[in-house]
Amino acid sequence: MSRRNADRILNGGFSAAAVLASSIVVVILAFVMREAWPALTALGISRFFTDSAWRPTAGSDASYGAGAMLAGSLLVTVGAVVVAGVPGILSALFIQFYAPRSVAVIYRRIIELLAGIPSVVFGFWGLVVLVPVINRLSPPGQSLLAGVLVLSLMILPTIAVTAESSLRSVPRSYGIAATALGMGRWATIWHITLPVARRGIAAGFLLAAARAVGETMAVVMVCGNIIQVPDSPFAPVRTVTANIAMEMGDAQAEHRSALFVTGLMLMLLVAALLIAAGGPRRSDVHG
Amino acid sequence: MAKSGSTTADRIVAVLCWAACAIVCGAFGCILVEILRAGYAEISWEFLTARPSDAGRAGGIGTVLVSTGLVLGVCLVASVPIGVGAATWLSEFTTPESQRARLVTGCVNLLASVPSIIFGLFGMVFFSRMLNLGLSILSGGLTLACMVLPVVIQTTYAGLRSAPDELRLGAAALGLSRTSTLWHLLFPAATHGVVAGLLLSLGRAMAETAALIFTSGYATRMPESLLDSGRTLSVHIYDLALNVTGGESRAYASACLLMATLLIINLTTSTLAEAWLRKRQVASG
Repeated sequence: MSRRNADRILNGGFSAAAVLASSIVVVILAFVMREAWPALTALGISRFFTDSAWRPTAGSDASYGAGAMLAGSLLVTVGAVVVAGVPGILSALFIQFYAPRSVAVIYRRIIELLAGIPSVVFGFWGLVVLVPVINRLSPPGQSLLAGVLVLSLMILPTIAVTAESSLRSVPRSYGIAATALGMGRWATIWHITLPVARRGIAAGFLLAAARAVGETMAVVMVCGNIIQVPDSPFAPVRTVTANIAMEMGDAQAEHRSALFVTGLMLMLLVAALLIAAGGPRRSDVHG
Repeated sequence: MAKSGSTTADRIVAVLCWAACAIVCGAFGCILVEILRAGYAEISWEFLTARPSDAGRAGGIGTVLVSTGLVLGVCLVASVPIGVGAATWLSEFTTPESQRARLVTGCVNLLASVPSIIFGLFGMVFFSRMLNLGLSILSGGLTLACMVLPVVIQTTYAGLRSAPDELRLGAAALGLSRTSTLWHLLFPAATHGVVAGLLLSLGRAMAETAALIFTSGYATRMPESLLDSGRTLSVHIYDLALNVTGGESRAYASACLLMATLLIINLTTSTLAEAWLRKRQVASG
């Protein structure tokens, strides 16, 4: 075999791998849409928003209102981003400006490790530690609040790491110039660094929200999973993801298809958040 | 006056930063100590080798560990060749500006942002039903392979890119074929990227639950082939914590094992990455 042939075979193999890798996301979208299609055509998308309740197994009375679950997903997500936001940005400032170098290195490592804890362990910890505490404040414990707190811990690393990298990308000369003009550390950060890094930090919040809205296991375990628009932080909620995880196992026909419709909604929600954040997740592939 | 005002503000922010650090470390420490302490007491050789009985309340996790290993094996065997191939194509056979490269990169980044429960739905429809693999280790492993593919591609790509262009130019000047350039020069230079990708994917796959409950299922018996259903460690924790009353102590033990393994994997990855970075800086500086 000549070496030109070997090169050609290699090129072919690698391009095939690239084509296969990039087609997966298209195939996933196609299959979710295909499964959602029967419910979309038979019921119409509007019924998912106008029906008052989610009772897909009630036979001829079946109704498919996903409003309460969408509200659950949004409340848990917004709550988590709000709770994790301030400590996330403060963590980034701490690493970048306020911590002694050795502490900053260790703290950064701890945040990375926090990001590596699996969601099922977060959920389990929430269930055995957090839920009983909340239960003492106001039963039943499995609640919107529990979901918000667990999710905020899960997304804090995303916020902190993206904020830190946007702070780091602010040119050092800005800070030096500000110091030369006699501005103090906080004045420099507040008037110069943060405004320059603002867009990167905001993108981090949106990425964190995308992660939170798609999270399943931790939410199933701590939120109580009752379909309702919660009237207090202590009330149980069920998110779109939790509903899919709980019902898909024994769903049939129309019910199954309706669950895929909610899955499609979830994908669109995540896509919208990522587009708002400035394109799908930035990565080192052709940055 | 203004100066002293800003110093006060600076001090307040410094205190707030330390407070944020304390809260985050406290929460992390609380999770770590709670799971590791309560779980460690339950772990024994018998627990690691015996099969679960009474829905997991008694017995061990021997069969669960076997299933976990098989699912991870399928996942890596499927994702690593495709991921390394795609990354090599992106890095060595095309330019970042080409339309095809941008399309592939866009699709891979999009894949990285799909929620795991959607992978579960897809795996259930495509691998389990359409390819007729049923609830099986094979079906779960392939679903996870789709999920971790972006990780493999991104890290391998970064590894290949870190190889200096002098290698490529020198090899071309000496008349080496692309095959030997890749094999003898670029892949060895990118080993750290591939290893990091492997470890990160392993961690992601091991942590995953939502993508597996509809693809590899809940069975606790010893899997006889890849077409048998088998629960992984994370699915085991989920089931014990939520569906089995009295399963808490075994759930603690399983969570302890899972978390300890993942901590080791993550610490190894970041330590290796740092060592490589330092070596490169020394070499180039």
